[in-house]
Amino acid sequence: MAAQSGDPGARSRAFEVIAAAYWKPIYKYVRMKWNMPTEDAADFTQDFFTRLLEKEFLDSYDSGKGRLRTFLRICADRFFMKQARDSHRLKRGGKSGALAVNFEEAEQELATVPRSESPEDCFDKEWVRSLFMLGLQQLRASCESGGKMVHLELFERYDLDEADPKPSYAQLATEFGLAVTDVTNYLAFARREFRRCVLDQLREMTASEDEFRREAQTLLGVEIR
Amino acid sequence: MKPLSDTVVANLKAGMQMPDLEGTRYRIVRHLARGGMGSVWLAEDTVLERRVALKVLDLVAPTDGLPVRLLQEARILAGLEHPGIVPVHDAGTLADGRAFYCMKYVEGQTLAQHIANKSLPHKLRLLERIAEPLDFAHARGFIHRDLKPENIMIGAFGEVLVMDWGLAKVSSTGLKPAENGTAVPLQATHNSSRITAQGSVLGTPGYISPEQARGNTEVDHRTDIFSLGAILWFMLAGSAPGDPPVATSGVSPPLRAICEKALAPDPDARYQSAREMTTDIAHYLNGEPVSAYPEGVLERMGRVLARHRTAVILVAVYLLMRLLFILLARR
Repeated sequence: MAAQSGDPGARSRAFEVIAAAYWKPIYKYVRMKWNMPTEDAADFTQDFFTRLLEKEFLDSYDSGKGRLRTFLRICADRFFMKQARDSHRLKRGGKSGALAVNFEEAEQELATVPRSESPEDCFDKEWVRSLFMLGLQQLRASCESGGKMVHLELFERYDLDEADPKPSYAQLATEFGLAVTDVTNYLAFARREFRRCVLDQLREMTASEDEFRREAQTLLGVEIR
Repeated sequence: MKPLSDTVVANLKAGMQMPDLEGTRYRIVRHLARGGMGSVWLAEDTVLERRVALKVLDLVAPTDGLPVRLLQEARILAGLEHPGIVPVHDAGTLADGRAFYCMKYVEGQTLAQHIANKSLPHKLRLLERIAEPLDFAHARGFIHRDLKPENIMIGAFGEVLVMDWGLAKVSSTGLKPAENGTAVPLQATHNSSRITAQGSVLGTPGYISPEQARGNTEVDHRTDIFSLGAILWFMLAGSAPGDPPVATSGVSPPLRAICEKALAPDPDARYQSAREMTTDIAHYLNGEPVSAYPEGVLERMGRVLARHRTAVILVAVYLLMRLLFILLARR
């Protein structure tokens, strides 16, 4: 895995992807699992990813023994135990974090999580959500550079909008000044690109081809060739 | 960027799970149904500009044999050219790795939907037509193994189609020569046997035979006879055998006997072919004795009287008039 690489540049890039995908899952997980106060959870998350960047955790990761997703969740549990045992906490604001993230936003989202949901389920759901967000960012960049903004706008209007009922393809065609077949084709293109982007992100954060395939199968329900 | 709600995440996930038809001639229209190993999608064949049904695997694990089984299903269907069996047009693997096959899109109703408020003779004639493709497949050595009302479709023109041959396999009694020279895909059938030779129970409770429910891999075509009997019972009682019947008050003893013979736990005690069973059904419809029901003298008389009602009435009227003439003549 690139995050275990001796090349500082490659390790840094891989770390950015992992941190972007996992900071919310970790934050919400410790808030739910250990009932950690908001600011302590934010400190814990910063500290956790700082250690991750320093290879303290990732060096011991072996993709043959399990998924990175499960490994990181278990690491979070162990890290919490270690901190509790040592009675050692980072002084709030005393150390700059590895992440530039919005914990308030995560806290607002956490308020909407059903009480019946387990921390582990929440962790997995947040991971999917984060992965999709990263996929969307990549899709946006790809559409902007490729002159496919209409494709992206249609995708956002139809697939990312929660309107119920959804507009028909004919309505979208009128709205965007396109033929209905164009709407169908543009949406198919955007969905295919989104899928590719998500899989690109997934590949970045998995350690082996085998792990990538297993995660993709869990996520998408299909084998990736 | 605005965070994604659970609804949007679910939508995106569902969208990503849709078959990737890139590079094919098909375009998804909508989801039709979900089966044991895959989903059926309504699609448009962009070359021929017609609607087709695509059966696509939901999951593909390299070692679970499902892609092979789907391909075998397609090959079995392709080898069984019969008006009562849905024709297959194409089969292969999609860009996302999922196996699929393309078949005729049947617009119509399931058996359960169709028989609501239908007369008994109509239902019995339907059963005869369900048995036809089954008998055809049995003659070629194939057994369906998952016959149930949901797998019977009545098309827009009244055609009766036996669907979902996903569990079909070659009979343990071996292949019989095809009467019309239809090529039987030997390799497919051998593979099919192997896939299902693990002793796992496949089929639908209520409609599978006792030997199939026990995980017996050596079942023969008579397992389908049991299912055909269960379908007949469903048509008569409104529920699967073993479930509380919705209505059985109108089921005559001969029809009940036909069901019981088809549903016999011992395959040797069942009808030995679909044709034998439908012969009994035809006899019943014609008011003739059925092999499954040894009737008494009174019952036989009642049946004969009912069968020849017009003639009996004419003779009775004639005799009555003769009697009146005789009585009047004596005065």
